Amino acid sequence: MRHIVKRTPYSRFFPAITTGNLVRIGLLLSFAFFFLVPLLWFLAAPTKTDAQLTFGQAISFGSWQRLEQTWTNLLSYNNGQILVWARNSAVYVLSGLFLSLAVCIPAGYALAISNFPGRRMILILTLITMILPSSATVLPLFLGMNSLKLLNTMIGVILPSGFFPFGVYLSFIYFATSVPRDLLNAARIEGCNEFQVFQYMALPLAAPTAALVAFFSFVGNWNNFYTPYVLLTNDNLYNLPVGLAALISSSGALNGSAAGSALPINRPEVALAGLLVVLPIALVFLFSQRYLQTGLLAGAEKG
Amino acid sequence: MTTVSKRQRRKAPLPLTPYIFVAPYLVFLLAFGVLPAAYALIISFFKTTSASGDVFVGLGNYIRVLNDYRMWPSVVNVATFLVLWLPAMLIGVTLLALLLHARPGRFSSAMRLIYYLPGAVSGAAAVLLWLFMLDPNVSPFAVFLKARGFTTLSDALSGPNLAVAIAIMAFTAGAGSWIVVLYGALTSIPSEVLEAATVDGCTPVQLALNIKLPMVSRNLVFMIILSFAGGFQLLIEPQLVNQITQGSVNSKTWSINQIAYSYAFDLSNFGAAAAISTCLLLVSLMVALWIIYKTDFYRVDS
Repeated sequence: MRHIVKRTPYSRFFPAITTGNLVRIGLLLSFAFFFLVPLLWFLAAPTKTDAQLTFGQAISFGSWQRLEQTWTNLLSYNNGQILVWARNSAVYVLSGLFLSLAVCIPAGYALAISNFPGRRMILILTLITMILPSSATVLPLFLGMNSLKLLNTMIGVILPSGFFPFGVYLSFIYFATSVPRDLLNAARIEGCNEFQVFQYMALPLAAPTAALVAFFSFVGNWNNFYTPYVLLTNDNLYNLPVGLAALISSSGALNGSAAGSALPINRPEVALAGLLVVLPIALVFLFSQRYLQTGLLAGAEKG
Repeated sequence: MTTVSKRQRRKAPLPLTPYIFVAPYLVFLLAFGVLPAAYALIISFFKTTSASGDVFVGLGNYIRVLNDYRMWPSVVNVATFLVLWLPAMLIGVTLLALLLHARPGRFSSAMRLIYYLPGAVSGAAAVLLWLFMLDPNVSPFAVFLKARGFTTLSDALSGPNLAVAIAIMAFTAGAGSWIVVLYGALTSIPSEVLEAATVDGCTPVQLALNIKLPMVSRNLVFMIILSFAGGFQLLIEPQLVNQITQGSVNSKTWSINQIAYSYAFDLSNFGAAAAISTCLLLVSLMVALWIIYKTDFYRVDS
């Protein structure tokens, strides 16, 4: 019996060196190499000069002074416009976060705990709109925002981010599977009305799904390119991703035409701007990995 | 007892309350989901003329966009991308999740983090990073690029190579989170099942293919269909490649959705743009309905 237990995949003992294990470790490591090398290059790029990027070792650290210089150069672009974009991004993301939580959690709760006429229709529309990328509806959105005079406004970018069907789906799944119905009934028997049941029972229990909705809303809105790209022409309202694209294309840093441009924006500066876009998400990813795995699992079970 | 049952009868929520809870969502669903889609459908049958305003043209816009000389190449581009990307996702994600799950431990969780992190680099940043990675002058992968005969970034992105490049971008940005999802599903398989199979003499490979894979196949179906819908409506990546390289890689109308974009924002022909959107929407809708049918999504145990 004992040798069988040892052979289960859950054995914590050091793996026996077999061909199978070597193949497994080899495959996993080669994929890790493929995923990791671009990230390492990305991290190191702003610490080097443009010439070092071309002629030096691909993955190597330059110097801290050079990183400072790169940062100064980047700030010189339109008087530190990158900071304006970063502030805009923060505004868009936080408002989007607040809006989507306020909308998704009660909706998911109602869809999960009560059976009312129209519920099925809402769920089907939720699934359909969840699968439709925003590009399908962006043209009417543009026309609608135009007629409401919300083009080139922050509100115009923020409002669509309140529509987050995936968040409703997550919240719906959570309340449908993880919140015991008896608990809610008990509160009702104690004399709570429906709003009190939600406020005192459901809402405190909703922390895991709220965190999950917040995570996806944060990532989605931080990376949001399409809505601001279409709705904004004023570059002082751009978020970081749209600003990044504008920065790269106007400096010509990736086109080899930077030599002819007066801007000190070259590949290291562009890479640093890219890192600014990525860093907040990467931090959120790092801190949420363990947590997400269990949270996503709840969603995946039903999916 | 009687009082309890009386109260239980009363506990059925007031018919109005659920609507109050869903009301804000309903407003957003209508304003940013249903109505724009319906509006796109309507204007796809109209043509705006300077002489007589909006004129009903029936399927005229559809015929026009389907006969657009840019349409067929873009269909080929998107199809090439999907043919590369979807199998890569299916095989890559399945293989890696199963390999990781074969022996959970420190090594496995470290690898999982490494696969997951590139997901942080998406959209504009991912395009930027991969334009560097595909530039033989600066790329750490320069050896491979030069071996394929590329000497400039434009070489690496010319013709069908752009589909490969975008597939690589999408794979690195997307694979990690699906690996985490699938790994999560794998850990939810009851350990008795796996132990019983092991006791019966299953090798790790048999265990993975015959026991684990069938138990998580629904997640894979879900992933493929979501990925299909996303990939089919590809727009940002080729658009950004064109913008960032200042047009030296000409991908302005590379994907189907970009042609719609170009109709709307270059030609102000909203009817034709809406016709393309509607076609994309119809295909996505069929896929969506297929998911509902396949996965019994809206069933609730109440």
